[in-house]
Amino acid sequence: MRAFFSPVANGLSSHRPVMKHCPAMLIALLSDIHANVSALEACLRHARERGAERYAFLGDFVGYGADARAVVEIVERFAGEGAVVVKGNHDEAIEKSSGYFNDTAKAALEWARATLSESQKVFLAALPLIERDQDVCYVHASAAAPGRWDYVDSRSAARRCAEAAGTAFTFCGHVHDQRLFFETPRGSMSEFRPSAGTPIPMPTHRRWVAIVGSVGQPRDRNPAAAYALFDRGRQEITFFRIVYDASRSADRIRECGLPGSLAYRVELGI
Amino acid sequence: MRERIEPGVVVDGFRVGACIHKGGTGSIYRVDVPPSRDPGFPIVIKSPLLGRGESSIGIDSFEMEKMILPTLGGAHVPRFVQAGDVTATPYIVMEWIDGRSLAEIVERAPLPPGDVAHIGAALADAVQSVHEQEVIHLDLKPENFMLRPDGSAVLLDFGFARHARYPDLLAEEQQFAAGSAAYVSPEQLQDDRGDPRSDIFALGVVLYQLATGKLPFGEPDTLTGMRDRLWREPVPPRALDPHVPPWLQEVILRCLEQSAADRYQSAAHIAFDLRNPEQIERTARAERVETPGFFRHLARWWRGRRGRHLRQHGLAATPGPAVIMVAVDTEHPDDERHSPLQWTTAQIVSLNPELRLMCVSIIKSAPIGEGSRDSETTTGKHLEHKTRLAHWVEPLRLPPARISLHVVEAADAADTLVELARVNHVGLIVLGAPAASRTRIGWWRSAASTVTADAPCSVHVVRVPERRPQR
Repeated sequence: MRAFFSPVANGLSSHRPVMKHCPAMLIALLSDIHANVSALEACLRHARERGAERYAFLGDFVGYGADARAVVEIVERFAGEGAVVVKGNHDEAIEKSSGYFNDTAKAALEWARATLSESQKVFLAALPLIERDQDVCYVHASAAAPGRWDYVDSRSAARRCAEAAGTAFTFCGHVHDQRLFFETPRGSMSEFRPSAGTPIPMPTHRRWVAIVGSVGQPRDRNPAAAYALFDRGRQEITFFRIVYDASRSADRIRECGLPGSLAYRVELGI
Repeated sequence: MRERIEPGVVVDGFRVGACIHKGGTGSIYRVDVPPSRDPGFPIVIKSPLLGRGESSIGIDSFEMEKMILPTLGGAHVPRFVQAGDVTATPYIVMEWIDGRSLAEIVERAPLPPGDVAHIGAALADAVQSVHEQEVIHLDLKPENFMLRPDGSAVLLDFGFARHARYPDLLAEEQQFAAGSAAYVSPEQLQDDRGDPRSDIFALGVVLYQLATGKLPFGEPDTLTGMRDRLWREPVPPRALDPHVPPWLQEVILRCLEQSAADRYQSAAHIAFDLRNPEQIERTARAERVETPGFFRHLARWWRGRRGRHLRQHGLAATPGPAVIMVAVDTEHPDDERHSPLQWTTAQIVSLNPELRLMCVSIIKSAPIGEGSRDSETTTGKHLEHKTRLAHWVEPLRLPPARISLHVVEAADAADTLVELARVNHVGLIVLGAPAASRTRIGWWRSAASTVTADAPCSVHVVRVPERRPQR
C-alpha cells in the first residue's frame, strides 16, 4: 500500500507482541440474534472465512424474530463443539413469565414458546448467566448482577461491569449498539464508538468492556448484522457489520403472523 | 519490571546508541542495527518518560503513538518499525529523519516572506497528508516538524494525536503539555479533540512565528492565560513588521480565526495559497495594521461563544476533495468538447461551496532549436491563454475566491497535469476524452489515458455524446 508496508519493515514489525500465557485464538462474539437465522448464518460465514477458531454466543437467541427454532438449533450445535453460550433475558422469558416485555415482544416470545422443542427449552433454561475463561468474561447484560439485566449503556455502568467481572476483557450484548469502553489510568471508564473493520488493540494493563452489537436486530438505522472478532493472541478486537438479506427475515416475521412493526424494524435497523 | 533504555543497552535486538534528543515527553537515541534486522533505512528508538507518581499522560500518550504511527504512511511521517509493550519495556523504533528541525529555523525568524511561504507550504503538505489518513496531530509546533534536505516536511510525535477509527485514550485528560501552550487551539481548550481545523490553527501560529519572530498569543503558563485566545485577537503581523506582505497576513490571520468555521477548511488550501500568493483573495484581514481594540476583542469573544453552541463533540468529517482541477485546451477554442466539459465542471463544483476550481491550460513549449523567442512574446502568449481560460470559466459564475487560473508551458501535457494535481492536493481531475477517429490536433487526445493511469486522485473523463448514425 505505502512505503511503510514494505516487506522489510513488515518482517520486523510485531508491535503487538503475542502474550505467551494465552493461546493465539480468534473468537467470534455473537449476541442478540433474536431468532434471525439469515443474519446469524451471514455472520457465521464471515467469521469462518476470517478464521474464527472459537465462538461465544452472548444470549438473546429468541424473541422479535420468526426463526427461534432454527437459531437455537445452530447455537446448540456450536455448544456441543465447545462454544461459550450464556443466557439472555429473552431466553429466560421462555421459562419464566414475560411480564417485563412490551406487547410486540411478548407476541414474539409466545411464538418462540410455541415453536421451540422441549429439549431446546431445557437447553435454554440450563444456560449460565455468566462465564469466565482466564482474563475474559462473557455475559449478556452486566457482569454486576447478570440476572438483573442492567444495560451497560454508560461509562459508570461499564465501570461497575468491569469491576464485577474482574477480568481484563468483558464481552456483553443486551445493548444493541456496538461500543467499546476502556479504563483510563485513573480508574474511570472512557467510551468509543467503533467503526467496522478496524482492529483495535486492547492492551491488558487497562480493562475493556466491549458491547458486540446485535446480530439479528440492530437499532442504529443500519440493518446490517453486527458482531465482533476477538484476537486473543494479539489482544485486538475488530467490530464488523455484515450485510445480509434483511427483507427475507422481515418476510418470515410477516409470514408467521407476528406484529408488522417487528418486520420493519429488522428491515430498517431501528 | 521495566528495563531502562540507555546507551549500550540491547532492547529486543536493537542496540541503543547515543542520545540525540531529550525532551519533556521522552528521549530519542540512535540505534545500531545488526545486518539481519536492517529495515533499509536509518532508525532511532524513542523511550517515553513514564516516571513513577507522575501524571498518567505519559502512558496514554505512548499508547496513542504506538497505535497511530503504524497506521500512517507516506513521506510526511517517520516509518514505524517496532514497539515494546507499555507494561514491559515501552519503546518505539522508527525511521530516523535526516534533516533540520523547524525549531532551529524558527530561531532565525523573522524570515523573508518568500521563505515563509515556501516552508509553510511544505508544512501544510505534511499536515494534509496525515489529515487524509484520518489523523489529527493536535500538537503541532516547530519541535514536531522536520525539514528534509529536499524541502519536504515530516511530522513527529503522535502522542497527542487522534485517529478517527481508534479510541481516544486522552479524551479524559485535562492537561496540556506546557510546551504546546503557545500553539493549542481554542477548541482544544474547550476539550474538543475531534476537529482537524485545530491543526490549521496551530499551523497559523507557526506561520506567524516564522513571519514575525513572535508568538501571536505569547507563551502562557496557566490555563487562564491560554484561554486568552478565545477572545483576544492577535496583533496583525504587518503591525509588527510592515515588510510582511498583505497576502501572507491574510493566510496567517485566516488560520488563527477563533471560530474553526472561519479558518481555512483544509491544509491543502493553505499549501495552495502559499504557492499561488497572487491568487489569494484578500479580505479586511490582509490590510489590518492596527492593534485590535476592545470592540474587535468583543466580536471575537462573541463569535467564540456562538461557535461553542454549534460545536459538536466527536470527530468532525475529514476533509474530502477540496480542489477540482479542470484541464482546458485553450489552444483549440472551437473544440466541441468545451461545452460538455464546462457543463460537467459546473455540475461538480455546484455540489459543495467549499470546492475550489483550478483551471489549467497546458500550452506546447517551443521545441529547442526552433529559434529564440524573446520573453515578451512568451509573456504575451501566457496572457492570451489566461484570458481564454478566464473566458472559459466565466459562465460558471463562481466567486473569484473559488477559482484559480494556471497557464503552464510544457512539452508533456499529461505529466504536467499529474504533477500539478499531486502538488496541489487535487481531489478530482476533469478533462476531455480522446477525440474519436477524426484527426483533431490537441494534446488531450493522448493526455486523457495517461492522466487516468498516473493521476494521484480520481479522474473524470468527459466525452461528447455519440450521435446516432442516420438510418
